[in-house]
Amino acid sequence: MARPRKPKLAVWKFASCDGCQLSLLDCEDELLAVADAVEIANFVEASRTVIKGPYDLSLVEGSITTAHDAERIHEIRAVSKRLVTIGACATAGGIQALRNFKDVRELVAIVYATPAYISTLDRSSPISAHVLVDFELRGCPIDKHQLVEVISAFLHGRQPNTPAHSVCVECKLRGAVCVMVAHGTPCLGPVTHAGCGAICPAYQRGCYGCFGPQVTANTPSLSQWWSRLGAKEIDLVRAFRSFNAGAAPFRHEAKAHEAKTHTGKIHESKEPSAP
Amino acid sequence: MTAKTRNIRVDYLARVEGEGALHVKIRGDKVTDVQLRIFEPPRFFEALLRGRAFTEAPDITARICGICPIAYQMSAVHAMEDALSVRVDGQLRALRRLLYCGEWIESHALHVYMLHAPDFLGYPDAIRMAKDHREAVQRGLQLKKAGNDVVTLLGGREIHPISVRVGGFYRVPTCAELRPLAERLQWARDAALETVRWVGGFSFPDFEYDYEFVALCHPDEYPFNEGRIRSSHGLDTTAREYDTHFIEHHVQHSNALHSTIRGGGAYCVGPLARYALNFERLSPLAKDAARAAGLAASCRNPFKSIIVRAVEMLWACDEALRIIGAYEPPQLACVEVQPRAAIGYACTEAPRGLLYHRYRLDADGTIVDAKIVPPTSQNQKMIEDDLTRFVAARLDLAHEQLTLQCEQAIRNYDPCISCATHFLTLRVDRQ
Repeated sequence: MARPRKPKLAVWKFASCDGCQLSLLDCEDELLAVADAVEIANFVEASRTVIKGPYDLSLVEGSITTAHDAERIHEIRAVSKRLVTIGACATAGGIQALRNFKDVRELVAIVYATPAYISTLDRSSPISAHVLVDFELRGCPIDKHQLVEVISAFLHGRQPNTPAHSVCVECKLRGAVCVMVAHGTPCLGPVTHAGCGAICPAYQRGCYGCFGPQVTANTPSLSQWWSRLGAKEIDLVRAFRSFNAGAAPFRHEAKAHEAKTHTGKIHESKEPSAP
Repeated sequence: MTAKTRNIRVDYLARVEGEGALHVKIRGDKVTDVQLRIFEPPRFFEALLRGRAFTEAPDITARICGICPIAYQMSAVHAMEDALSVRVDGQLRALRRLLYCGEWIESHALHVYMLHAPDFLGYPDAIRMAKDHREAVQRGLQLKKAGNDVVTLLGGREIHPISVRVGGFYRVPTCAELRPLAERLQWARDAALETVRWVGGFSFPDFEYDYEFVALCHPDEYPFNEGRIRSSHGLDTTAREYDTHFIEHHVQHSNALHSTIRGGGAYCVGPLARYALNFERLSPLAKDAARAAGLAASCRNPFKSIIVRAVEMLWACDEALRIIGAYEPPQLACVEVQPRAAIGYACTEAPRGLLYHRYRLDADGTIVDAKIVPPTSQNQKMIEDDLTRFVAARLDLAHEQLTLQCEQAIRNYDPCISCATHFLTLRVDRQ
C-alpha cells in the first residue's frame, strides 16, 4: 500500500528581517520532527530544492512594499490551500510601515544616491490588504512555540490554540511584578496581544507592543495612565507608532496624540544633510 | 574560435538570508560581467530613524536583521554612548561580550551546518543532509541552541531580544542563572572543537586571493565591541574616521550600496578578516584547533571560511565560559545617560563582519540623522570580484556544476541580504 502523501509546507518572504522564518530553524529540538511530518517544499532560506505547488500550508513573512510583490502574493494565494501570515510585517505592515506617515520619495532620497534606481510603493501594507488570510500569527518576532502550534493545528484541521488576551494576563500568569504599578514604568501590556510570555515586564521594562493590539484594546485609557506617569504626547506617538504602526487601534491612538504635538519632530528631521 | 557568449543565472539564491540573484556573463573565455543583484525590497531604516528617540535605536535597528539583532543593538548603543560620553565598563561590558558570544555561536552554527556544509557534502539543504549525516546535523542544531540559550537568558528571547539599552541592560542575570548555561557551554565547546575537525576534513577548491582584510583590532581581546579599525594593507583608524576612509556607491543592479576603501578598491570583512588580523588574540584551544585543521595564522581561501567560523565558534564558547567564571552581578543594570546635541560613531563585529552606525542627536536626544553600513554591503563588491576570478578559471566546468560552485562562492560570505538592503538571485549567462 502506498504511504499517505506528506502535507506540503511552503515559506514565503516579502519585506522583512527574516527573523520570523528563522524562528522555524530556531526550533532546534523540533525541526527534524517537523521535517518528518511535512514535506518542506519551498523554503529558500534553508534549501535549494523547490517543489511545485499547490501547497497545503503557506507561511508568509513580510509586508507588501513593491508592485512586483503585490502581484506575487496573489500567485502564492492561488497555489496555497491555507495561508498563514507570520509576524508583525505580514500582519500589520511592520516597522517599515512608518513610511506610511511620511513622503516615501524623501525617504528614498535620504538613503539612496540615485533614487531613480529604486522601485517601491509609497505604503507598506499587510498581506490581508491583498489576499484572503486564513490565520495571522502575531509578534515581532513570532514566538517559535506558537509557530509549531499553528503548523500542527493546520495540519490536523483544527484551530490554533493561541490566546487572544493581553500581555497583562500573561504577566500575571508568569507571576511577574507589574512594572507600572510597582515602578511607575509606562507599559503597553494592557493593550497588547499575548504571545510573548510577558518578557519585557519580567526583564523590568515596559512592554513595547511588538505583538500588536489585542482585540478591544482600550488605548485612550492607557494613554491617560501614561500621561499621569509623565509621558509626553511625543512619547505616546512613538510608543503606538512602532513595530505595529499600521494596526488600526495603534494607528488611531498615535494619530490622536500626534495632533496634540507641535514639535513636528516625529514627522521630519530638521536638517537633512549628513555631517 | 567564435566569441560565444553564455550566461549563468540564479534567479533566487538559496540558503542566504534575504532575496538576491546572481548574473554572470561570459563571452568566449572571458567573464565580461558579474552582478550580485540584491532585490530585497528597501525598508529605509536610516530615514525612519529620523525623529525617533535615541533610546529607541537598539530596538528599531535590531529589526534590520533577524539573524544578527545583537550586532545592531551593540553598534547602536555604542554609537549613542559615544555621542553622550558614556562609558560602560566592568561586568556590564563583560555581559555585552557574553551576549555577543551567544549571537556568534547561534549565527555561525546556522551558517556552518544549515547553509554552507550542504554545499561541501552535496545536498540541497541540511534537512536532506540529515538523512545521511544525522549526528552532525543534530550537533549543529544543538550548538545553535546553546548560542540561542545565551541570548535568551540575557536578552529574554533569541530574536530581537529586549534587554539591551543605551547605558547597559534593563536586567542583569544572577550567578545562579548563569550556572546551567556554563554546563551547556562546556558541551558546546567540545561540539565546536568537533566541528572544526569535521569541516577541516572537507575538500576545498584551489582558490586564493590577496584580500584587503578589514576588522576591529583590540590589544588584548579577539574583537567584539571595540578596537581600532585596521586593514591587512596598513589602514589604521577609528569609527569616528570611518566616513573618511570608506565610501558607499549606489549601483543600478542592487538595492544595497557597495562600499570601497577611498583610494583603494573592494575589501573583505568578516571571519577571514578578523582571523587574519587577530589570530594572536584567540584562546590557546582555538589556535591549536585551527592549526590542527590545517590553517595558518591567516587564511586567504574564502571557501575555508567555514573552518574559520568553526574556530570562532570554539573561541566564543571559551570566551563565554571565561566571562561566566569571572561574573559578579553589577550593582546597577545600567549607567545613567543624559541626552545632548552630539554625533556618535561606533563599529562592532557582527558575525558577518564590521557593522558601522553613526547618529546625530539634537539637544533632547531626538535622532536627526542616521547612517548604517552593514557587513554584507561592504563585502558585496568583493563577492563580485571573487566570482569574476573564480568563474574565469573554471569555464570548462559543466553549467550545472559551475552554477552550484558560484552559489557556494557567494555563501562563503554568509551574505545577509536583509541587512544589506537594508537579497540575492543567482544567474550565470553563457552565450
